[in-house]
Amino acid sequence: MKHSIKFGAIAIALGSTLLLQGCNDNDNNAASDRSFNVEVTNLSNHQPFAPVAAVLHKSGYDGFSLGAMASDGLELLAEAGDPSGFVAEASADNMVLNTVSGTGVISPGGNETIKVQGNSPMPRLSLAGMLVNTNDGFIGLDDVDISALAMGESLILHARVYDAGTEANTEAATDVPGQGGEGMNAARDDRDFIAVHPGVVSMDDGLATSALDASHRFDNPAARIVITRTQP
Amino acid sequence: MKKQLTALAIISSLGAAPAMAQDLDIKITNLTNAIHFTPFLVAAHDSSSHLFMEGSAASSSLQAMAEGGDISGLSTDIQATGGNVVENPAGGLLAPGANTSFMLMSNDGNSQLSLTAMMLPTNDGFVGADSIDVPTAKGTYTYYLNGYDAGTEANDELITGGGAPGVAGIPVDPGSHAGTGGTGVATADSNSMIHIHRGNLGDSNATGGSSDLDSSVHRWLNPIAELVITVN
Repeated sequence: MKHSIKFGAIAIALGSTLLLQGCNDNDNNAASDRSFNVEVTNLSNHQPFAPVAAVLHKSGYDGFSLGAMASDGLELLAEAGDPSGFVAEASADNMVLNTVSGTGVISPGGNETIKVQGNSPMPRLSLAGMLVNTNDGFIGLDDVDISALAMGESLILHARVYDAGTEANTEAATDVPGQGGEGMNAARDDRDFIAVHPGVVSMDDGLATSALDASHRFDNPAARIVITRTQP
Repeated sequence: MKKQLTALAIISSLGAAPAMAQDLDIKITNLTNAIHFTPFLVAAHDSSSHLFMEGSAASSSLQAMAEGGDISGLSTDIQATGGNVVENPAGGLLAPGANTSFMLMSNDGNSQLSLTAMMLPTNDGFVGADSIDVPTAKGTYTYYLNGYDAGTEANDELITGGGAPGVAGIPVDPGSHAGTGGTGVATADSNSMIHIHRGNLGDSNATGGSSDLDSSVHRWLNPIAELVITVN
C-alpha cells in the first residue's frame, strides 16, 4: 500500500508537469476542473449543525485562523447559524473557486453531502457550521489541501469545535439560538479571538443560568467529513 | 503536517492492491484518568467489513460490547467475513495508564484494522478504531483513539450492575471511585447513531445527586487511547 501512495504522488506530480507544459495558464485548462463531494456527519449528541458553508479555494484564502479575530461573516455564522456573510466574504476573495451552503440543519446522527467544484489543480477546502446549542461555537476545517486526491478517492477527516470568541458563553436561553435565543449581536463581548471551544458547562454541571443540560455537552471531534473527488 | 499524514493514510486505502499477510506488533495504552477498558477485540479485515461505523446505528453485537463488554458477537461477525482477530490481549481489564502488547497475524486482503472495548464506568461508551489502513512499510505508526457512544442506552450514570443489552445502568466501576444514590443524569440519547461520547458528567455527591460517578475523577477528553503498530 505504501507503494501505491508513492505511485499516486508521482502520478500527480507528472500530471502537473504535463499541464504546465501544455498550457501556461493551467487554471483555465479543462484538465484542471475538480469536483468534490463533501459529506458532513454530525457526531455530537445534541448539537444540530446550522447550514454548513463549504469553500473551495486556492492557497491564500483564509476563512479563519486560530488565535485571530473572527470576520464579521464568521461571527454571523457562529452566533446565528447564518452562513451568508461568510460565503459572501469568500466569494469576494480572488483565491476562492466556489462557495456552497448546505441546504439545512444537520441533526445529530444525520449527514449532508455538499458538492463543490472549481478550476484549479491545487484545490483546498475550508468549511464552517454552527453548533446551534452554543453561543458562538462552530465546527471548522481550515485550509485543507485536497489536491492529491485522484478520481474516486476519499479523504476522511474529523472536525473539532471552535469558539469564535465574539460572544460570551453565557449558555442563557436568551443568547443561544437553539434554545430560542437571539442570534447575531454585533457586540463583541468575549475574548475576540478564535480558540478551540472549551465545551458547554450546562445547568446539570452547576451553571444555574444555563439553558443547556448534560445532553448538550460535547467532546471533539464533533463531525466526520469525507471528501471524495468526483467527475466534473 | 497532520493533514498530510491523514491524507496519505486515507489515500492508501483505495486502489491499493490486496494487502499481503502480515505479522503486526500492536500496543494499546489507556490514556484516561479513571476509565477501565474491558477486554479488547482487535481485528484485521477486508475493506467492506466493519466492527462499527461513525454515524451509523450500532449492530446488536456492537451494543452487547458497548453496554456490557461482551465481544463474542463482534468477534463471530468479523470472522464470518474472513477477519483475523485477537481477543482480550490484556487478559482482562486494561486499567488507566496501563498498556498491552501483542501480535496480530493478518491474512492476505485483510488490509484494515479495527478495535473496540467498552469504557467503564459508562453506560454504552467504548473506545474504538474503524478501519485503519494497516501500514505495510517497515516502521512504527502511532494513532490516537476517541471515545464513542453506541447510542443504544441512556447515559443515566447509575451503577446498577446492568450490563446486558437493553438493560439500563452501568455494570461496575472497576476503580471503585463511584458513589451511590444518584437519581439519574439523562434520558435517551438525542443521537441514536454511533457518535462521539460527550463524556461523563458525574457530580460531587457520593451518596446522592444525579450521578453515581465522580465529576472530578470519571471525566475524560479525547483522545483516550494510544495505538502503536510496528511493522517489522
